[in-house]
Amino acid sequence: MDLLQELKKHNKRAAAKLITMVENRNPGYQEALKDIHKLSGNAYVVGITGPPGAGKSTLTDKLVKELRKKGKQIAIIAVDPTSPFTGGSILGDRIRMNDLSLDAGVFIRSMGTRGHLGGLSESTKAAIKILDVYGAEYIFVETVGVGQSEVEIVKNADTTVMVLVPGLGDDIQAIKAGIMEIGDVFVINKADREGANRTKAEIEMMLDFSNKEKRPSVQMAVAVDNKGIIEIIDEIEKHKEYLIDTNKFHHNRIESTKEEIVEIIKGYILDKIFNNQHINEELNQLTKDVVERNVDPYTAGDLLLKNIKL
Amino acid sequence: MENPIRVLVAKPGLDGHDRGAKVIARALRDAGMEVIYTGLRQTPEQIVNAAIQEDVDVVAVSILSGAHGTLLPRIAELLKQQDAEDILFVAGGVIPDDDIPELLTSGVKAIFTPGTTTTETVEFIRNNVRK
Repeated sequence: MDLLQELKKHNKRAAAKLITMVENRNPGYQEALKDIHKLSGNAYVVGITGPPGAGKSTLTDKLVKELRKKGKQIAIIAVDPTSPFTGGSILGDRIRMNDLSLDAGVFIRSMGTRGHLGGLSESTKAAIKILDVYGAEYIFVETVGVGQSEVEIVKNADTTVMVLVPGLGDDIQAIKAGIMEIGDVFVINKADREGANRTKAEIEMMLDFSNKEKRPSVQMAVAVDNKGIIEIIDEIEKHKEYLIDTNKFHHNRIESTKEEIVEIIKGYILDKIFNNQHINEELNQLTKDVVERNVDPYTAGDLLLKNIKL
Repeated sequence: MENPIRVLVAKPGLDGHDRGAKVIARALRDAGMEVIYTGLRQTPEQIVNAAIQEDVDVVAVSILSGAHGTLLPRIAELLKQQDAEDILFVAGGVIPDDDIPELLTSGVKAIFTPGTTTTETVEFIRNNVRK
């Protein structure tokens, strides 16, 4: 099967196989991505992020169902954590999306983080491009349940939806730096619970001080009951229009592409260093010296770098 | 680290007892596999669709309802229709010995009945998954 040709013809199997190829870094993956990159850039990417158990999967399920009523082609990338000890993982986001699994207009892919920090997997960006060429008009990227600093989604999504629930902490949590700064649309899910109004007020206050040019809105929702969903879609659409009208859309993509290239360079350099047996041996020796306080880690780093030919 | 084996764990049909499926999911996770857990009351069509999109190496279903004679051959048939017979299809649950030979000829590669250790299941998957 010529995977790229089949991908262009909207072949599910080809899209799935290409994502695996990239995730596993199988031979030829970079060549495939070179071609795919040129054809991509058409899909609108919506990030769904928030703490564990906030309802990200359920909300994604409902938002996608609403967009399907408008006939949009959708892809979902759902990321869950990989065990740092065994390399295994339980990817359970599909449980909330079972109705979508028979919809031919929806493609769902679960990904483990495989050691990558930041809330996504290393291959997420490539998977977005593949599903873009596959024909998805909207790609929803659901991050792992985030803590305070997993903000990588903003570099991958055009609009980032931050899903929160009542009772996560006081108003100081809301003004801390990190994930609270990255939302373009805020959703208080499970808004039928006690404390929802107070949470909304705290988030609103935080946003009043925000220096973003477009102040994000705060929507109340009860995703399991399908409440507040249309309003959230409207907010995503408004944000999209704003990005396009102000040319920020283009600007953001330039920024994230630069970052992408830098990441590729970093990966290349790390490969050069750690796939070299001689350097690994030297690293092991120097590590002992550093532990025994014969050498300091900065000198050790300098010594290693001197032996690396790029 | 080696590329993880991807396994879809699902419960087909109308039975709400998912303890076994969760134990297996956890055991496979601890064996370093990526487990896509789809949960309860799945139709064969949902299971096979998910298996294709997730590009899994293994489909593992747990069935305790007694409907294995209908549901398991149906999943095997759909995998065949999708040209995905290379996916290793295994099942576990309360399945009478008399029913096993027929299920194995229908395309299920292994049936794990009560008393099977999780280690046996992990080993079978490791030894029989496509390379």
